[in-house]
Amino acid sequence: MRPAGKGALESLYFDYPQFAAPRVPELDGAATRHPVLIVGAGPIGMTAALVLARYGIRSVLIDRKDTFNDGSRAICIARPSMHILERIGAVAPFVEKALGWRFGRSYYRGEQIFRLEMPQPPGEKYLPMYNLQQQYIEQYLHDVVAANDLIDMRWQSELSAIEARDDGATVRISSLAGDYPLNADYVLAADGARSPVRSMLGLRLKGDNYEGRYVIADIRMDHDFPTERRAFFEPAGNPGGTVLIHKQPNNIWRVDYQLREGESEQDAIREDNIRARVGAILADIGHTRPWELEWWSVYSANTLCLDDYRHGRVIFIGDAAHIVPIFGVRGLNNGLADAENIGWKLALVLNGEANERLLDSYSPERRGATLDVFANATKSTRFMTPPTRGWRLAREAALSLSLRHEFPRGLANPRQMQPYTYSGSRLTPYAGRDAEFAGGPVCGSAAPNAKLGDGSYLLDCAGNGMTAILFSAGPPNAEQAVLLAELSRIDKRFVPIVVTSGGWASETKAIADQDGEIARLFAAMPGALYLLRPDLHIAGRWKAAVPAEILKTAGLCLGSETP
Amino acid sequence: MSAMPFEDFEIAYETLATAIDQAGPEREALFLARLALVLGHELGDITAFRNGIKTALEGLDQDVGS
Repeated sequence: MRPAGKGALESLYFDYPQFAAPRVPELDGAATRHPVLIVGAGPIGMTAALVLARYGIRSVLIDRKDTFNDGSRAICIARPSMHILERIGAVAPFVEKALGWRFGRSYYRGEQIFRLEMPQPPGEKYLPMYNLQQQYIEQYLHDVVAANDLIDMRWQSELSAIEARDDGATVRISSLAGDYPLNADYVLAADGARSPVRSMLGLRLKGDNYEGRYVIADIRMDHDFPTERRAFFEPAGNPGGTVLIHKQPNNIWRVDYQLREGESEQDAIREDNIRARVGAILADIGHTRPWELEWWSVYSANTLCLDDYRHGRVIFIGDAAHIVPIFGVRGLNNGLADAENIGWKLALVLNGEANERLLDSYSPERRGATLDVFANATKSTRFMTPPTRGWRLAREAALSLSLRHEFPRGLANPRQMQPYTYSGSRLTPYAGRDAEFAGGPVCGSAAPNAKLGDGSYLLDCAGNGMTAILFSAGPPNAEQAVLLAELSRIDKRFVPIVVTSGGWASETKAIADQDGEIARLFAAMPGALYLLRPDLHIAGRWKAAVPAEILKTAGLCLGSETP
Repeated sequence: MSAMPFEDFEIAYETLATAIDQAGPEREALFLARLALVLGHELGDITAFRNGIKTALEGLDQDVGS
């Protein structure tokens, strides 16, 4: 909602573009069968289109609106998402505009009780978190989408019916230019929390709704505080409710405040009440100068998801598949990971390189990630919005003890989530090999990064297919060379990276690791091999190469072998 | 003061919250007093128990119950 007198898209700082409905060939009778239809041009749908395009796959991307989203307001982009944005060629404006951060503070009755510090290993290219308004996220993605000939972007085009079959789907699209049928081999439903595709297929999200409601408001003010997450429990400015404050670009601040028990939602979202409540919160944090109200909405936490993200040729990604509480900042970030996960798998299938059964791994991997978020989000949500008297009393006890004692302070940790580890996935069949390592990243986890001597980064070298990182004292021996050649044979995108502690690096493309920092990061002795998937998660690791297992793992990830 | 690993402490927190609800508002004070006596007995150390009482009392007047 916006202040009285303002238009629905009249922002203090963002000019919403207006996109026309295109004249499409289907309106002139063309019956093209498209490889992929993506429903919903939010951040997740656009990212999916860009991931597919990276593998040469065409898609039609439809959205019923004529501009970017004004409802959903994600602001936190986590480090793994920056890597996804980098791989689809979109990251540069994000780095330039977004506000990076790694610290936070929690207060109880005005006193700081918890200091959040997200780790920043020296080899990482990106900070743990970046704040950027969703409109900019969509604008920067759209700039790349619009420049890509493989993506047929159709605004003001609404899916009005879908017939899903074993071999594809026929949908009906309504646009100002006319109604038309469209045929696609696959449909990616990225149409958000209220997904019409989901309803049309008769599918329902399952899970829990939480009691506590929050108002989320964006304001503009000249306020001197670093980009940190601030959480206020029992603040004087909002008695009986928690407050969260995040900084965004353009002097915009996000103020989330919990409504008191029994407070009417209708009253709470009235502009005069929003102004009074936000004003009291700002006075409490010491901001007494003027501020302007940009936008507000009301929110309650849910943990809801589909039983299966894939229904034959229709695949759900992002909020269409799962709704998570905002407190762990996993809505946008998990959606981007969904888009990348299904993107490379579907591209390999459509390129005729992979058996369709590769797609079977999408739902277990990404639904697993959602359930993991639920487990953590349930804890943080219970702390942010205690559901019953027992939880309220226990929280009051813990918070009041936190003023003078360290031991309960960890309960106020917002649990900003790490990317999910696919250790139980069928694409990670040799996770048992972890036992051979004294440390380092485990099978299924996202690969760590390392800074190289020339200022570039280890993961910059990774490819669009499988990537092997071989640790070696000298050039690969005969057996290793045969293995790398065999991996190149089964994967035309395969990239071998040799990390060497020896002095021969200059003559080849090997990476010199003279001080052994990369080897330490991966807990790797010479001879160790890490195999990375296209999404840079670790498919497997071996202390000494076991060619049969490595080729089997690569074959599973490429869909050329089935379990 | 506590040597309990954080994961366990968190479970203790959750178990306590659930148990307060189970006792119900009428009996929650009685439940908490009984819990303190049971834990004191299991602790088996009157000095540690007195310290615990002191810690829990400190700053209590700053807070209004929820």
